[in-house]
Amino acid sequence: MKLVTGIIKPFTLEDVKSALEQLGVLGMTVSEVQGYGRQKGHTEVYRGAEYTVDFVPKVRVEVVVDDALADKTVEALADAARTGKIGDGKVWVTPVEAIVRVRTGERGPDAL
Amino acid sequence: MDTGDTAWVLTSAALVLLMTPGLALFYGGMVRAKSVLNMMMMSLGAMAVVGTLWILYGYSMAFSTDLGGGLVGDPFEAFGLTGLLGEDALFGTIPATVFVAFQAMFAIITVALISGAIADRARFGPWLLFAGLWATVVYFPVAHWVFDFDGENDPGGWIANRLAALDFAGGTAVHINAGAAALALVIVLGRRQGWPREPMKPHNLPFVVLGASLLWFGWFGFNAGSAVAADGVAGVAFVNTLGATATGMLGWLLVERIRDGRATTLGAASGVVAGLVAITPAANAVTPVGGLALGVTAGVVCALAVGLKFRLGYDDALDVVGIHLVGGIVGTVLIGVIGSAAAPSGVDGLLYGGGTDQLWRQAVGAGGVLGYSFVGSLVIGFLIKWTIGFRLTPEDEIAGIDEAEHAESAYEFSGLRSTGGPGLARSAQTLATAGKE
Repeated sequence: MKLVTGIIKPFTLEDVKSALEQLGVLGMTVSEVQGYGRQKGHTEVYRGAEYTVDFVPKVRVEVVVDDALADKTVEALADAARTGKIGDGKVWVTPVEAIVRVRTGERGPDAL
Repeated sequence: MDTGDTAWVLTSAALVLLMTPGLALFYGGMVRAKSVLNMMMMSLGAMAVVGTLWILYGYSMAFSTDLGGGLVGDPFEAFGLTGLLGEDALFGTIPATVFVAFQAMFAIITVALISGAIADRARFGPWLLFAGLWATVVYFPVAHWVFDFDGENDPGGWIANRLAALDFAGGTAVHINAGAAALALVIVLGRRQGWPREPMKPHNLPFVVLGASLLWFGWFGFNAGSAVAADGVAGVAFVNTLGATATGMLGWLLVERIRDGRATTLGAASGVVAGLVAITPAANAVTPVGGLALGVTAGVVCALAVGLKFRLGYDDALDVVGIHLVGGIVGTVLIGVIGSAAAPSGVDGLLYGGGTDQLWRQAVGAGGVLGYSFVGSLVIGFLIKWTIGFRLTPEDEIAGIDEAEHAESAYEFSGLRSTGGPGLARSAQTLATAGKE
């Protein structure tokens, strides 16, 4: 099993969600995060005093999928989140050792 | 007694009272989320303390028979207001108590205005003590100087009568007074932890807009009510309170557009207040077009003045000096330049061929209040600092003054954090015990 994590632009979330649904990925976890990569922040001015805001708001998407589905998930996620402009984000994959469905106690791929 | 005048001044008094909670929102939105409650409590505290003192002896110090030199009224003559309750106790065409109520609101908001300069760092108890002492030693006498016109056996205040400087609704007594006190307290208390290195952005600009709107609304009572009559003078003051405020906003936004590239919401709200401050002394002294000119001047000058604190190194957190002191001086002094005999006060300024006579009177009035308020506030401030202490500890300030001084937080977003806690546990226990019995 793999954990696929994507940091994406917030407005692409709906597209990413429907792309993963079409692929048959059941469920996802999202969180609002802030960060920066190559995309610069922005400047705000209050009564003439300038403040540089380095961290840009992003959404982190996390899904755990079966090994066979991992590549397709990465591809679908990246395609849906792509605008071609700087700051589109990153997607990465990490191995998952074990997984348990809390309600039934099922383990491994059955728990997905 | 005139019932129309009485009804209008009663209404105006309520309008002016609303300005102080409006100010609490205006200031509260500009501080960080961890100190909004304390910011608002400083305004509320001014309402409580000054409202009480005004009834006891404040009104009497400001408006009773002059004790000599036009400096202060007799604090005992109308102590507790009992002597003003009869049907024949009148102030002009209105009952004396109605005038007491109207002027009370001016005393309250003047004290509240100061608080913006010392945001995030003043302990609440010492602030209340300062509010009471400052009202007594500075505001009540200065209100006497400026607002107490001479009567039959009473020479009244020196600025209103002997100097004859024009101040319709409090450019000197309210704004220069509060602004000079703010500058003094900034010197007494020092900078906030991290200023100016750390960003201290306003946490809620919609609050600021709501507050500025309530201020503008209430200010119609402040200025048009200062006619103390429902008449044409009130009408002129009302129109000028619209015009100067409109151009005050335009002036501030213009500076921002040129200097910073964008017109901001905070700039619009600030320009509104700058325009209102400047028209306050001049509301009956300039023509409507003069009001427009005065407003735009104040908007531009104040927008530039708020940047000075960074050069001079004074942490006037919410720019009370840059807006109220500077705007108050602009409005008060420019009466001597653009005052027009066509307006109700009937005095021509320099531009209308009146020469420099009114100009120097205005400058002396402004300077007199500025100097007295600054020195008086320094003395009261340092007295509090050296006895009971004025400032929060650095640790409490960094954690947030709301938690340290009031044991509250303004915003509770996290469901996880709201569970448990000794308070909840205690009341839950009480309920459980009560149920068993």
